[in-house]
Amino acid sequence: MISVGHYLAVSAVLFTLGVLGIFINRKNIIVILMAIELILLAVNINLVAFSAALGDLVGQVFSMFVLTVAAGEAAIGLAILVIYFRGRGTIAVDDANRMKG
Amino acid sequence: MIQIFAFYIFATVCIASAAMVIFSRNPVHSVMWLILAFFNAAGLMLLCGAEFIAMLLIIVYVGAVAVLFLFVVMMLDIDFAELRAGFVRYLPLGALVAIILVAELVFALGAWNAGAIDMAARAAPIATDMTNIEQIGAQIFTRYVFLFEASGMILLVAMIGAIVLTNRQRAGVRRQVIADQVRRRPEEATRLVDQPVGQGVEL
Repeated sequence: MISVGHYLAVSAVLFTLGVLGIFINRKNIIVILMAIELILLAVNINLVAFSAALGDLVGQVFSMFVLTVAAGEAAIGLAILVIYFRGRGTIAVDDANRMKG
Repeated sequence: MIQIFAFYIFATVCIASAAMVIFSRNPVHSVMWLILAFFNAAGLMLLCGAEFIAMLLIIVYVGAVAVLFLFVVMMLDIDFAELRAGFVRYLPLGALVAIILVAELVFALGAWNAGAIDMAARAAPIATDMTNIEQIGAQIFTRYVFLFEASGMILLVAMIGAIVLTNRQRAGVRRQVIADQVRRRPEEATRLVDQPVGQGVEL
C-alpha cells in the first residue's frame, strides 16, 4: 500500500529539482520563477500527504493558503519581470544592479 | 493494486516533467512541462483523497499561473540562447547542492518519528460522512475565517500591485474625457452666422 513515505520521497525529489533549477538557470528569471512554483508544489504535496496520513484536514486547508500565496507571488514576479524587461531590454538577472544592493 | 500502479505512474511522470522544466532549452516548452507536472501532482493528491486541492491545483495553476507564464514568455522578445550561456558552468555546483540536499532529506525521512506529537489529538478530523470539499468549507469559514480573509487581501494586494507596476501612461494619447463632454454648452460649441448669398462659408 502507498504510505506517507512514498509521498514524502516524491516531494523531496520535486523540491530538490526546484532548487537545482534555480542554480543552473541562474540567468533566466522565468525558469527561476517556474522552479519556485515547483518548490511550492513539493510543499503542497507534503502538506496533503500528511493530512491524509494523520486524518487531519488542517493540512489541506493550509495547502490552499500556500496555493494562494504562490499565485500572488507569480503575478507580482512576472509584473516586475515585465517592467524590468521594458527598461533594460533583457532579463539576465545576474547583472541586475539598478538598486546598487 | 490499481492505486499503487497509478501512484507510480503519476510520481514518475511528475518527477520527469519537473526535470524537463529546468533542463528544457525553450522556456515555452518549460511551461508545457510545468503544466504536465501540475496535472500529475493533482493526480497524486486525488489518490490520497484530497479532491478539492487537486481540482484547485488544476484550476489555479494550469488555468491561471501557467497561462500567465506563457503570456509573458511569448510577449517578451528575449534571446534565450544568451541566457543559457552559463548553464554548463553552473551545473557542477548545482548538482553538488542538489545531491547534498536530497541526501539530507533522505536522512531526515529515515530518522523521522512522530516525537511528542499526540496522534489522537487532531485539530479537524476527517469525517467519513461528508465530502472533502464540504469539510474544507466547514473549516475555512469557521475556524480559519481570518486566514481565509487574509489570503483574500493578499490576492487583492497582488492584483493591485501587478496592475500598478505594469500600467503605463503613454504621452500623446488622446483619451475620452466624459466630464469635458458633459460640461460642454451649446454657446461655446456652436455659432450663428448670417450667411450672405454667393460667398464662401467661413469655417
